[in-house]
Amino acid sequence: MSLAAIALNRFGLGARPGDAAPADPRGWLLGQISRFDPRPAVITALPDAAAMTLQYRQNLAQLRRQGVVGIRRPGDPEPPKGPGAEAMANQAQRERRQAFAQAYGGQVNARLALSLTTATPFAERLVHFWANHFAISTDKLATATMGGPLEFEAIRPHIGGRFADMLLAVTRHPGMQFYLDQAQSIGPNSLLGEAARRRNAPRQPGLNENLAREILELHTLGAGNYTQADVAGLARALTGWSIGGFVRRPLGVAAPDGQFVFQPNWHEPGSVTVAGRPYRQNGEAQALAILNDLALNPLSARRLALKLARHFVADAPPPALVDRMAAAYLASGGQLLALYRALVEAPEAWATPLAKFKTPWDWLVSSLRALGRENVPPLQAIGALRELGQPVWRPGSPAGWEDDAARWAAPDALLRRVEVASRIAAPLAASIDARSLAPRILPGTLSPATASAIARAESPAEGLALLLVAPEFLRR
Amino acid sequence: MIDPKINRRSLLARGALIGGFALTPQLALAAAGTDQRLVFIILRGAMDGLAAIPPIGDARLNPLRGGLAQPPEQFGPMLKLTSDFAAHPALKGFAGLFAAGEASVVHAIASPYRERSHFDAQNILETGSNAAYALKDGWLNRLLPLLPAAPPPVAIAATLPALLRGAAPTTNFAPSRLPDASASLKARVAALYENDALLHRLWSEAMATEMMAGTNDGGTGNPQGLAASAARLLADPAGPRIAVLDLGGWDTHAGQALRLGNQLRQLDGVITTLKTGLGPAWANTLVIAATEFGRTVAANGTGGTDHGTASAALLAGGQLKGGPAAGRVLGDWPGLSRLFDDRDLMPTTSLNSLFAGAAAGLFGLDPALVSRRVFSAAPAAPLAVVKA
Repeated sequence: MSLAAIALNRFGLGARPGDAAPADPRGWLLGQISRFDPRPAVITALPDAAAMTLQYRQNLAQLRRQGVVGIRRPGDPEPPKGPGAEAMANQAQRERRQAFAQAYGGQVNARLALSLTTATPFAERLVHFWANHFAISTDKLATATMGGPLEFEAIRPHIGGRFADMLLAVTRHPGMQFYLDQAQSIGPNSLLGEAARRRNAPRQPGLNENLAREILELHTLGAGNYTQADVAGLARALTGWSIGGFVRRPLGVAAPDGQFVFQPNWHEPGSVTVAGRPYRQNGEAQALAILNDLALNPLSARRLALKLARHFVADAPPPALVDRMAAAYLASGGQLLALYRALVEAPEAWATPLAKFKTPWDWLVSSLRALGRENVPPLQAIGALRELGQPVWRPGSPAGWEDDAARWAAPDALLRRVEVASRIAAPLAASIDARSLAPRILPGTLSPATASAIARAESPAEGLALLLVAPEFLRR
Repeated sequence: MIDPKINRRSLLARGALIGGFALTPQLALAAAGTDQRLVFIILRGAMDGLAAIPPIGDARLNPLRGGLAQPPEQFGPMLKLTSDFAAHPALKGFAGLFAAGEASVVHAIASPYRERSHFDAQNILETGSNAAYALKDGWLNRLLPLLPAAPPPVAIAATLPALLRGAAPTTNFAPSRLPDASASLKARVAALYENDALLHRLWSEAMATEMMAGTNDGGTGNPQGLAASAARLLADPAGPRIAVLDLGGWDTHAGQALRLGNQLRQLDGVITTLKTGLGPAWANTLVIAATEFGRTVAANGTGGTDHGTASAALLAGGQLKGGPAAGRVLGDWPGLSRLFDDRDLMPTTSLNSLFAGAAAGLFGLDPALVSRRVFSAAPAAPLAVVKA
């Protein structure tokens, strides 16, 4: 397999028929980080997190007015009753669903369009990797339309910078704040906490440890590398980190919808200890310092290196490679480019042939690219990804999608790929000759067996489908 | 999911109909200017004409074909059509129509193509050309300007076959649930994964599960369902007048006896379903089933046959009744003593000859005009099959 082919298929999103083989594959990959456009027009045209927060707040208000159990609060006026009210509630629900579907569809469409047309496919792969590292799932009311904004606003601008900056941007983003219940986490001894105690308020504000735990377990140090005391410490430090327009509590600072805001009067005073270090800062600076230290912790470095190497090289990447990547990251002061450089320059990353089984997303994107598609009707892409088992931004857990063959190489999943391949190949069979396309898409890896199976296929459509499900195309 | 106000036909025509959208066909716009109906069935993968319509009068058949000369017992005995030809026992409905003067066969027929690539041969069959990819439009599309105004021809498929592509408007219609990956594709995928330990294991498990669940229909989805859809559309007085069906699975390189029997049974079901579904309109209908090329006369080492040259085309429909082809096997039988390239049935009739003659006869057009306007790239003397 040529280095150019590895660059296009293993590190990129898959070769397109017209792609020229990069003359300097390593330079081509690393150069993409500075050429990458974090805010292309297809993204800036979409409603952002602020707009989605406003929509969420309006939805909540509507549900409260309708008296929906769990959202209605004590003291709210009695909800309207009777068949008329029910019909109105149903109509409102339909409209909400339609608005969700439209927003989500637009976001998936933008992600897919970028993946199919980008000049920097390695950088886009990194976007998808980090979005999965900082996964939220769009199956909650609060996050139904936040998958796109989190990736577009907190991940894309930071893929070539310091990991600490990405960690901070994600932690402040409404998508993550809502998903892991941070926006309402309030220190028991904050001004607001004390006021509530004095008033004997029916609902005493309190800490929520959800985000703090996942930052330690999923975003930085990793499972087994932190204690419950660390969780409690970070959760205390994060109190007051909230989102404007969403939380209506006394003693709050006003802020625009969807914008990160630090609420000093909700912050738990006092020093905390996390990962063996004391933090005596006041206010927002405390969690900022912790996040920065966590980003530079050698345990985090190793974890990021392992995940990245697993994503690009092999399910069980060579330990020496992971060590070198982690060391390079730490030596650079937490620069992601140093991590990528160590990966791209490693001989191991170019050696193992076709060790990775593509995820459904990678497979679908590389298939559409191989066919030269530049856009796909969003419903069609969403449907296919659901069928293939990897709906965009909906992994169902903050751990994100697994990144190994054990998760994706399964009997039914394989059958689904054959069915989807058959469907997406059919409309293009008249204009694409799979026999000449195959060596261009799989230079150096196309096996004689696959080439002959394609040539002997019963119809052009069948030949094209066989190319997309060939062993060497299912892997990279 | 989809805004019902979106013009369904524009969706269909663009081939956007992917996934499980249940659509009611509403293709009719205005009353058609003709009552004649044409159904074209593309048999993709190269149907073995010698097995479908065996030349029982040819003494060379048994020695050359060996075990493949007779269909497996479970299908029953051959169905005699004429003194020289029979139909495979799976073509029971077709043989009945033949006896009633509503079916016929053109044997030893082939396109001008003499190589053995499915892709190239299908393209030539569909474009009516003499070279693959030389023409961008299908011959059926080029025929449309010569016909009275009617709603656009419809392909009962997820996408538009090359046969219908071109300047004149055409459309496609896929029933609510698209067929799963075809049996042929699945068989090839299995072969492709044979030397890949992981994929081989996964695929075998997937196929076993599917078999147990009973969803493996052993064919291209549900061809009879597609035929019923075609018949429903064509039977509508204000519906389209031309429909195209796509039937794959004919590439029987291995284990041909059983596979081909099942394929022919499906084709037979498609033809009888069309007759039933069309009702009185069957009298105005001509069905043409043609394949891209035939298969080797001799069996290969895996109980199958390899890519050949001439095959047989099947015709059916009330339009044949009382005509020159009714209950007859047309074409000059070349015999099996002299084979093309020493292996294949020698072609004696051009597919374009059949297509031009059939289209002209069915729609009352001048055969020379059809030949000139539609088949100029590979003209052939039109073969009369419908009563003038």
